[in-house]
Amino acid sequence: MSANIDHLKEEHHQPSGLMRWITTTNHKDIGSLYLWFSLLMFFVGGLMALIIRAELFQPGLQFVVPGFFNQMTTMHALIMIFGAVMPAFVGLANWQLPMMIGAPDMALPRLNNWSFWILPFAFTMLLSTLFFESGGPAAGWTLYPPLSLQGGNSMPFVIFSLHLLGASSILGAINVIATILNMRAPGMTLMKMPIFVWTWLITAFLLIASMPVLAGAITMLLTDRFYGTSFFTAAGGGDPVLFQHIFWFFGHPEVYILILPAFGIVSTIIPAFSRKKLFGYDSMVYATASIALLSFIVWAHHMFTVGMPLAGEIFFMFTTMLIAVPTGVKVFNWVATMWKGSMTFETPMLFALAFIILFTIGGFSGLMLAITPADFQYHDTYFVVAHFHYVLVPGAVFAIIAAVYYWLPKWTGKMYNETLGKVHFWMTTIFVNITFFPMHFVGLAGMPRRIPDYAVQFTDFNMIASVGAFGFGLSQLLFVYILFLTLKQPVTAEDKSWEGAEGLEWTLPSPAPYHSFDTPPKVE
Amino acid sequence: MNRLSVFLVTMLSSLTTMADWEVNMPRGVTPTANAAYDLHMLIFYITVVIGIVVFGVMFYSIFHHRKSKGAKPASFHESTTVEIIWTVIPFVILVGMAIPATKTLIMMEDTRNSEITLKVTGYQWMWKYDYVEDDVAFFSKLDSDSNEARQLGSKKDVNKVDNYLLNVDNEVVLPTDTKIRILLTASDVIHAWWVPELTGKKDAIPGYVNELWIDIKKPGVYRGQCTELCGKDHGFMPIVVRAVPKQEYTKWVSLNQKNRVADKSK
Repeated sequence: MSANIDHLKEEHHQPSGLMRWITTTNHKDIGSLYLWFSLLMFFVGGLMALIIRAELFQPGLQFVVPGFFNQMTTMHALIMIFGAVMPAFVGLANWQLPMMIGAPDMALPRLNNWSFWILPFAFTMLLSTLFFESGGPAAGWTLYPPLSLQGGNSMPFVIFSLHLLGASSILGAINVIATILNMRAPGMTLMKMPIFVWTWLITAFLLIASMPVLAGAITMLLTDRFYGTSFFTAAGGGDPVLFQHIFWFFGHPEVYILILPAFGIVSTIIPAFSRKKLFGYDSMVYATASIALLSFIVWAHHMFTVGMPLAGEIFFMFTTMLIAVPTGVKVFNWVATMWKGSMTFETPMLFALAFIILFTIGGFSGLMLAITPADFQYHDTYFVVAHFHYVLVPGAVFAIIAAVYYWLPKWTGKMYNETLGKVHFWMTTIFVNITFFPMHFVGLAGMPRRIPDYAVQFTDFNMIASVGAFGFGLSQLLFVYILFLTLKQPVTAEDKSWEGAEGLEWTLPSPAPYHSFDTPPKVE
Repeated sequence: MNRLSVFLVTMLSSLTTMADWEVNMPRGVTPTANAAYDLHMLIFYITVVIGIVVFGVMFYSIFHHRKSKGAKPASFHESTTVEIIWTVIPFVILVGMAIPATKTLIMMEDTRNSEITLKVTGYQWMWKYDYVEDDVAFFSKLDSDSNEARQLGSKKDVNKVDNYLLNVDNEVVLPTDTKIRILLTASDVIHAWWVPELTGKKDAIPGYVNELWIDIKKPGVYRGQCTELCGKDHGFMPIVVRAVPKQEYTKWVSLNQKNRVADKSK
């Protein structure tokens, strides 16, 4: 990912060393920064997950006190969502969008630099709260008041860092929209754009629409705590449930921010290794747009148990169920793309196939959760934990890993070791299921989420899940080793690394030149 | 090596001795919990069928349309007809799910005509129960055995504690075959009251009064927990409901009313 250094020194006058990375306005440099940062955060958040799983290996408290356990669940979520998955997708957007639409760089390069360099500061601040005497945030990543208002000194720091992360995301989203709408090669109409570009365009609009809502909600929390307002305090005439409505009005589009680019990646990889065009391109675009629009009218399914009026419960149940339609269309289109193709199963394809199956399982449990009367049973149990980890780990994370394997030869000019890649895939896939599948069972049997200790009848499946989690964590060290081996090699990759790959990026040399397209290519 | 084998042996033995591999939602003892169970199974079976069809086609394709078997890629890549078909069919299936779901939901939310009312208030970290008509009230928190065993570094074996983490000092006693309305609120932060076999959960929120209803058809002891993160001891505020026949309940009420009066006179 940092392969262009020699190449660039000849042509450009730029600071070297650390200053090069701090001052860079190049989409590839910034993309690499985002991706490395995301990998680092993936391990930080993963370490927290392992502390959680170690404590839950058996009943009774062995390692941590309940208060610290709650800090771990809260931080794990914040780090994984805002630190690992979102920056990874922005990193992929930075690398790929200009190459895919035939542009030299992103439209707003200085803004691009800024949106990345906000992140390390925001996360330093967020993580530093763990070393406070009163500890880090412990009210869950959803920060529900009144509990979050009871928190220690970490609260203003968490809120400020979330503001920074929101600003970073909004700036990134503006850049993506400006790039896609203004810098496409001549002839590339909107309906000829690669599907990854489409999914990111829609994601960017979701970011712009939802991030300010989060900012509003957490600002009200801040004033409730420090400036005597009572937006969410019942004693002062406020409404604790209002926060949940505002939070999830952000939170549900956020869920799709985490998955739409993954859809784009899978829609790129499946056709490439099936050697067949994506089936139903138009309907894929429309389905993505419908999912995005629906995401704004389903938020209250995260809070069916707050005691809404019957009409509200029915409305949110119906709209939520409706999401299954466009999501189903996507899955059917992927299967139809494979149908009568000529498939090979390199590592990116394996991850993409696992994505389809495991994400669909997460979709099924999502459909079950949409059924309000049943959700009264599932809500806030491990069944929900199993559901969202199925859509986020073998969903979003698998897509990110698939994308890295798929485009790594283009980025670096070096091909990864296919055997090791496959070993990484099988270990990851097996362990991810050992970790998360048993959570369905304990959840249905009645184990609530966010508890540091549990009744003994939940022991067996928790032990299995913990073993799986450690296996999953170790398998990711293999991923780092594969990246390390790849980067050490000399440049040998072909311009078009995959037989069935399509798109403008494969017309460029490998590694891709520093300024992707100096003259725009022609798209017929 | 020795330590590892000891560890493995204890782990395996604990697996076999406990052998509690519950994988599904328990069947309920109330009309509402049973309706939720039936709906859960219905949707589950529908998704299983859809899964078998979709993954079946996918795996057929993976095994037969592979390059190593000499498959040549076809060139088709769009069809409005099939897109419409696989938009309409899922929609119809969803309508089929929505009808029973809505009926159940309406039934669950109908708290009218209840015979007795139990007011539940969530505290950090215990529950308070008020029998509104019968003038009985008490707090209920984790029993002392569990509380001792749950501490970090406790020497007490949790496997030997009776109903570890699911036992309380004061049980809620309720009559069977009675429509009971449960009112939920909280005094500090949001909690959620959940006994899986009795009915789904509902949040207990400061400043709100939420409603649930149950009609227990089978005497017995039913256990549950708080299900909304409410601070450090969120995992340690269980709920125990003892359902008894009506006459026994009346006796229990009069006994506890007397106790209360006796308490006051002190």
